[in-house]
Amino acid sequence: MTFSYHRAESVGDAIAAVSRDPNARFIAGGTNLVDLMKYDVERPGRLVDITRLPLKGFEQTGGGGLKIGALVPNSDLAYHPSIERDYPLLASAILAGASAQLRNAATTGGNLLQRTRCYYFYDVATPCNKREPGSGCSAMTGVNRIHAILGASDACIATHPSDMCVALAALGATVHVAGPDGERTIAFEDFHRLPGDEPQKDNTLAHGEMVTAVELPAPRFGANHSYLKLRDRLSYAFALVSVAAAIEMDGDVVGEARVALGGVAHKPWRDPKAEGLLKGQIPSSSAFAAVADSLLSGAEGHGANDFKIELAHRAIVRALGQAAAATPQVQSSKTVN
Amino acid sequence: MSNVHPYVGRSQPRVDGALKVTGQAKYAAEFTADDLAYAAAVPSAIAKGRIAKLDLTAAKAAPGVIEILSHENRPETPKDDKPYLNDMVAVPGSPFRPFRDDRIAFSGQPIALVVADTHEHARDAAALVIAEYETETPVVDVAAVRNEAYDPPEKRNGIPPPPEPRGDAAATFAGSQIRLEQDYRVSPEHHNPMELQATTVIWEGDGALTVHNKTQGVMNPKNYVCAVFGLDPEKVQFFSPFVGGSFGMALRPHYDVFLAVMASLKLERSVRVVLTRQQMYTMGWRPDVLQTVALSANGEGKLTSIQHHAIQATSQFEDYQEPTVNWSGLIYDCANVSLKYELAKVDTSTPSDMRAPGATLGVYALECAMDELAYATGVDPVELRLRNYAEKDANDDKPFSSKELRAAYEQGAERFGWSKRSPEPRSMKEGRELVGYGMATGCWEAMMQAHSARVTLSADGRLEVACATADIGTGTYTILAQIGADAMGMDIEDVVARVGDSTLPMAPVEGGSWAAASAGSAVQVACKALKEELLKHARGIDASPLANAGLDLVTFENGRITLDSDPKMSVSYVDAVRASGRGEVEAEGDFAPDEKFTEAYAAYTHSAVFAEVRVDEELGVVRVQRIVSAIAAGKILNLATARSQILGGVVMGVGMALHEATEWDKSLGRIMNANLGEYHIPSHADIRDIDVIFVKEDDEANPLGVKGLGEIGVVGAAAAVANAVFHATGKRIRELPITIDKLL
Amino acid sequence: MSTSQTTIDPPRPTSLTLTVNGELRTIEIEPSVTLLDLLRERLHLTGTKKGCDQGQCGACTVIVDGKRVNSCLQLAIMKDGCEVVTIEGLGAPGDLHPMQAAFIAHDAFQCGYCTPGQICSAVAMIDEGHATTSDEIRELMSGNLCRCGAYTNIVDAIEDVLSQRRRHLEAAE
Repeated sequence: MTFSYHRAESVGDAIAAVSRDPNARFIAGGTNLVDLMKYDVERPGRLVDITRLPLKGFEQTGGGGLKIGALVPNSDLAYHPSIERDYPLLASAILAGASAQLRNAATTGGNLLQRTRCYYFYDVATPCNKREPGSGCSAMTGVNRIHAILGASDACIATHPSDMCVALAALGATVHVAGPDGERTIAFEDFHRLPGDEPQKDNTLAHGEMVTAVELPAPRFGANHSYLKLRDRLSYAFALVSVAAAIEMDGDVVGEARVALGGVAHKPWRDPKAEGLLKGQIPSSSAFAAVADSLLSGAEGHGANDFKIELAHRAIVRALGQAAAATPQVQSSKTVN
Repeated sequence: MSNVHPYVGRSQPRVDGALKVTGQAKYAAEFTADDLAYAAAVPSAIAKGRIAKLDLTAAKAAPGVIEILSHENRPETPKDDKPYLNDMVAVPGSPFRPFRDDRIAFSGQPIALVVADTHEHARDAAALVIAEYETETPVVDVAAVRNEAYDPPEKRNGIPPPPEPRGDAAATFAGSQIRLEQDYRVSPEHHNPMELQATTVIWEGDGALTVHNKTQGVMNPKNYVCAVFGLDPEKVQFFSPFVGGSFGMALRPHYDVFLAVMASLKLERSVRVVLTRQQMYTMGWRPDVLQTVALSANGEGKLTSIQHHAIQATSQFEDYQEPTVNWSGLIYDCANVSLKYELAKVDTSTPSDMRAPGATLGVYALECAMDELAYATGVDPVELRLRNYAEKDANDDKPFSSKELRAAYEQGAERFGWSKRSPEPRSMKEGRELVGYGMATGCWEAMMQAHSARVTLSADGRLEVACATADIGTGTYTILAQIGADAMGMDIEDVVARVGDSTLPMAPVEGGSWAAASAGSAVQVACKALKEELLKHARGIDASPLANAGLDLVTFENGRITLDSDPKMSVSYVDAVRASGRGEVEAEGDFAPDEKFTEAYAAYTHSAVFAEVRVDEELGVVRVQRIVSAIAAGKILNLATARSQILGGVVMGVGMALHEATEWDKSLGRIMNANLGEYHIPSHADIRDIDVIFVKEDDEANPLGVKGLGEIGVVGAAAAVANAVFHATGKRIRELPITIDKLL
Repeated sequence: MSTSQTTIDPPRPTSLTLTVNGELRTIEIEPSVTLLDLLRERLHLTGTKKGCDQGQCGACTVIVDGKRVNSCLQLAIMKDGCEVVTIEGLGAPGDLHPMQAAFIAHDAFQCGYCTPGQICSAVAMIDEGHATTSDEIRELMSGNLCRCGAYTNIVDAIEDVLSQRRRHLEAAE
């Protein structure tokens, strides 16, 4: 942990400071980056502190949506009246993650950028293609109970650990980014990437690009949503499998459904084709099971994580049931309704 | 305040409570000195092989680095094991000697120590040490070497090997109608106390050291470092006034104290070594044990045979042993018993005692097997245990000093509402969740050790009770103050307890649940001597109102020695101290267990643990709804701290049943979840309602009637939860923890 | 409010100003120093504990600008100008904060090592105002691990303080 430090005065200043130094990194909440630096996994030569930038606001968008500043802490976001009222799925997913202390420090942008919890990624004594491209993937034949069942490659079976991102994926958020070449927006599904041959790249940001905001489309789904997280203890643990489910009813039948999975892939996992199977259907376990079948059709285990395929299937059915019944999972209740 | 006695037996708030809740209690890494240097240990990246080359160039050039020590440049250390065996908790074999040579025996083994001017500089330079290795293939899975299991040739001191077989268990089993034989396994666990293992050595000049070391007994690391480094015991003082949890981990001297003392002596300055959480997994663990239990019974559920075989992992260099199978010959009445305990070597650090070592694992297997037998015979699990109730210790053929386990079953079942249990598995449901009731028996030995204590009454009327034991959160400070206050008839506010200081009277390591009985008894003996001293001085006062009084004719109460026959005749403690001509009067007391009693009787604590779980079968989610633990452990000195001891044991049992698993990568021989994020100990959300009952039990093993509580809470707890999961689901999971994947 | 430079290049000690337990403290540190190590090693406020140094146990919980955070994951340099409250700032022996007193009354600790973090966390949690039921308390306190297993007593202590507070508020109405 030897780095020079720069406290950015403006977004432009921050981008310039990172852009000109390939070894520079933005830092905000620090809840993941500082951890990784202590493990010697991340070794930035320069940290650019963006915490004083004016990216902490909420802004209504023209289309009835909501733009959330990248520096809004996770807890402020979860408890924001607009989020609690209009995007309860997002609030619930945030509260399912980490701890109250971590949520107070972690930011909206940082949550998107958190890195995998793969054991081998964290242990510099072991080969890991994500940490050290070309060194090999120890998890493939190692301790892989927590690893990916969807979208993995021969190079990497790591998962993305966020809960918040699973809800953002389901809600169809947009990521606002600023960089040396100006500003752009990225659809949420295009923000994170699958490992492929370059597992070292978690997302599609270029060096020097910074998340400035996350935009939510106009609220939908009413009370027909649920975030269901399954893990090895009842709180303060990463998901083995999580499901963000949302349904828009059209009379007695489903108008539109969204299902995003956490803990199973290198990115929050969605498949519009699978979701489409529910359209026009009367909500039922068998209809939900068909969605699960479709979502998991390409799922593949690596031994210790084989169970995740069945678990994800059951969790999808349950979460969709909760959403259809408008009885979303309450995160402080450990009974799954 | 007066007439508050006895303190013993009440719910007395901790005397060290205010220090702990305000952050004033100081732990080993929190003492400092002007010349303090910070040291970081560099862990081995491999599990087996040798260090081919250490490249220190970058590390040495890093800012603030003062020195880097390794096997290549360390100061001379003893050539043989003998000095390293100055460890009361040593086990047979060759103890780990840090920086001995280039050999690597386990992953994470310290290979260098970087000493720097700040914590950050030491940490950062440690990451720059480059080691090249010659790697050999490690074996860390005991199942892979089960065919190489052996009877440990040298038995561990204080750990009884399994008793000789009685009857003919194998033949009886073969001829029985009702029989079951199953394998059980519990994932390896790590203690994970919240405080990191740490040592701060204060260089006092002229070879004198003050060492603040996280330990369960200051005398042990003191003897160790004096022997290993050839230090004059008069010049070395160890302190450990507060210990941030331990559960057995800090019984043996660890490499932090070795390295810190070595660096301090070399540099002639103060040095601190604090291990990282990851390094907390490089020493001591609850071993991986392959267990097989075979039971047979008649149609009424009376046991006809018990066979219990354990193959336990140990390191390549030491034969760590714990009493795993012995409990199966002790808890139930059975004429045909055969117990076998073997070791097999793996490439890990040596396992170590972890809360109720042996019993936690062995009784888990036995009590799950008993639950299976209950279903096989159709006898209620509590009733089954009553039908097989042992009235004597058949292992040693001795009567019990006391055993109120029957009362524990009854009171526990009553409080829990066991009668509401419908016997069939899967027959109870609430909402979506299956409901399961399970129970188990727990057992632990009530031990005592020779122990000394000193009590001092000062001229300001305050009493100090002191001995070199430790309070690792158990409440030792408080019970010693209670005992002292009662013995001297004083307000507990006027009593100060001191522990964790090697200049205080001799104490063994604090463990095995023997501290309360041993230290407490020593304080009582010392107080009796103090009374004699005080009375002697009181009698010596000119025209003393107590001139001819003997100890049996006076009462010590409210700060005065009073003649029973004439309460007007009294001398205050303060006047008695003054009459001594010194500023204080002190007395020492030595306690030794009554050998005749321990020869004649078997002394054990017992428990009956009842658990209710809720299982979402579809999703594999288990919740522990509530637990009732009924404890028979002799006299309870302090209801508050005693209850907390049991709560803690139960929570650890829940962790064992549902959460905890140290995961080794089998080809790298490396622990992959060596942190508190991925090694899951129970969190607040996992623990709801725990009810503790202390049943009345009179015991005469020591004058206090105390049997100890540190271990008994955990024994049986995991089995009760696992049995409840079976009752809920009809699924018998014989490998703990019961995680989601196992219930799908 | 801020006394330190905004650019420190190359890494070197720089001046940092913080309010700690109501007292303004200015100190020279390198950028790599965490708030936890600043408190423990430089300011000798060792009541804040290091249990994992990775945000996985909660023993290092302090209150920064009114919010509970894991001080082990905060770079001190980034907290320039902030207000920090540690366990030492909540109360002292003889002058205990109600939460500290409740922890003693309910025997809500054993070894005491997670205790300062539990107490800081509980105090801040009550101020956050999202915990009313015991389920909510348990969930919102789950970032504070306790290996001694004092959880049920900790929840009792917190509920005790919450009900004291409710009675106090009702009396004030």
